[in-house]
Amino acid sequence: MNVINDPFTWLAGQLVNWLSTFMPANGVSITMAVLRAASLGIFALVMFMVMTWIERKGVARIQNRIGPNLAGPWGIFQPLADGVKALTKEDITPDHADRIVYNIAPILSAVAAMIVFAAIPFGPGLIGADINIGILYILAVSGLGVLAILMAGWSSNNKYALLGAFRVVAQLVSYEVPLVLSIVAPVMLAGSLSLVTIVEKQPVWFILVLPASAVIVMLSGMAEVGRSPFDLLDAESEIIAGHHIEYSGMKFALFFLAEYVHAFGVSCIVTALFLGGWRGPDIAGVTVPWLWFFIKAVLLFNIMVWARGTLPRLRIDQLMAFNWKFLVPLSLASLIVVPLADRLAQGMGLTQGSWPWALVMLAFNVAMILWAFALVSAAGRRARMAAQVPAEVTAAESHDESGYGEEHGLAHGADAGHAPAAAGAH
Amino acid sequence: MTTLQVMFILISLITLGGGLYTVIAKNLMHSALGLILSLAGVACLYGLLEASFLAGAQVLIYIGAIAILIIFAVMLTRGVMGSFPRVNDQWSYAIIVSLALLAVLLVTLFRFNWPQGAPAAVPADSIARLGRALVDPGQYALPFEMASVLLVAALIGSIYVARDKK
Repeated sequence: MNVINDPFTWLAGQLVNWLSTFMPANGVSITMAVLRAASLGIFALVMFMVMTWIERKGVARIQNRIGPNLAGPWGIFQPLADGVKALTKEDITPDHADRIVYNIAPILSAVAAMIVFAAIPFGPGLIGADINIGILYILAVSGLGVLAILMAGWSSNNKYALLGAFRVVAQLVSYEVPLVLSIVAPVMLAGSLSLVTIVEKQPVWFILVLPASAVIVMLSGMAEVGRSPFDLLDAESEIIAGHHIEYSGMKFALFFLAEYVHAFGVSCIVTALFLGGWRGPDIAGVTVPWLWFFIKAVLLFNIMVWARGTLPRLRIDQLMAFNWKFLVPLSLASLIVVPLADRLAQGMGLTQGSWPWALVMLAFNVAMILWAFALVSAAGRRARMAAQVPAEVTAAESHDESGYGEEHGLAHGADAGHAPAAAGAH
Repeated sequence: MTTLQVMFILISLITLGGGLYTVIAKNLMHSALGLILSLAGVACLYGLLEASFLAGAQVLIYIGAIAILIIFAVMLTRGVMGSFPRVNDQWSYAIIVSLALLAVLLVTLFRFNWPQGAPAAVPADSIARLGRALVDPGQYALPFEMASVLLVAALIGSIYVARDKK
């Protein structure tokens, strides 16, 4: 094994050799398992610091500010300074709070975000545990984050926290539907739930084969994390900070950590499912799979930062309408279109994973997406006609909603948008 | 005792403790959290049995969806923060049903011929086999489809109950 190709496996091999000199085989395997878990946890913590720095710097540049610039060169030590600050803050427990639940919630939140990394393949063989239900495990454990938010919102004895928790349930449980439905598409094509197999089956990246599913997974992943423009769970201007309003010091930092680690986890999942995971061209004859994975995941996180810096927050009804009347029908349609297109392409004699096959799949997906947009804009137009608003109001409104055409149209064209899309799915 | 047995006993204790706490907790919310602990213990038991798909599905469906909805329902009931009386006037029926269930379980426990010795190895493609069994007419296609029909009926029924009366 080349040191540059995979320094981590090389290092682990050296460590095993050294441990074997004075330890029984059983002890070596247990020590290595503990070390593997610990290094994944530390990796998540380090990525948390990097992500917060990238976000603050990125959003600052978008808003024509400088961002953190005092602690270290380009402010890269700002997260450390913030960590020390969080530790020294007073730890407040509100009156009549449910102490046990109140204290467990931030821990559960951070744990739920961090254990996702156990099943993410960072390179060939570079995975915490290659379990055969990989993606199902990730979906299952990240659902625990919802539970943590509910526990925090309920136990804080604060009406804003409770309101935030209510909205969270509606949002997160709803967006889990298109997320799961769209993850089924790459699972179908790869024929496995294991993320390692899914990456291995991507000579052509799945984002070119299943663009609709890729975008839906990315969007609903962002909604699951509660990042802008889906940040209704801690909307500062409406419910102050939602579920973590009463938390201070390190407990608040744990919620903060959970958000960023979860966001990076979503980037890693999308990378593994749709961007070919660790696949990438050789650099001067050296393959660096772990570096490719890392670059792709950080780029995806940058897209989230970009969205946060540029898009305003959605209203709760727009958010729900966008999910149930656009994302869910589209992912249901793609569940039907993808296997049909796959069978058709294979019936034409194209092998799965080849470029011609990918082109056929892409054509079907693009047709499906265009059709969905056509249905949505038609429904929106019908709703506007039915409302019979005066001409100048319509003009002002269409100018106003330039960035949010389909969501806004959907919010008004409620039933009209749903029926044709559902009918189209059959 | 092997490590597996120790793990089994620990997880069983957590599962049963969670179940017991669900029943005796004074606060409705604590009951729901106890139920979640119990469900998580069951998922761990599936994991011990190398039924990883069942474990994942247990966490995803029971904790991720059903328990969340239970908590949501609890939060929407009046007096979220207060404690509730643990029994209502239906306790006599509840005792009959629980005792009947206990009797069935005990009879099964003592009359069933439990297999002895080492269990067969779990095949590597167990999930693929499960998937095929669910759509194979010779195996579980009919029960699977009947469950789907039941769910659709429940969905339509709930929409009918919840929609605005005109």
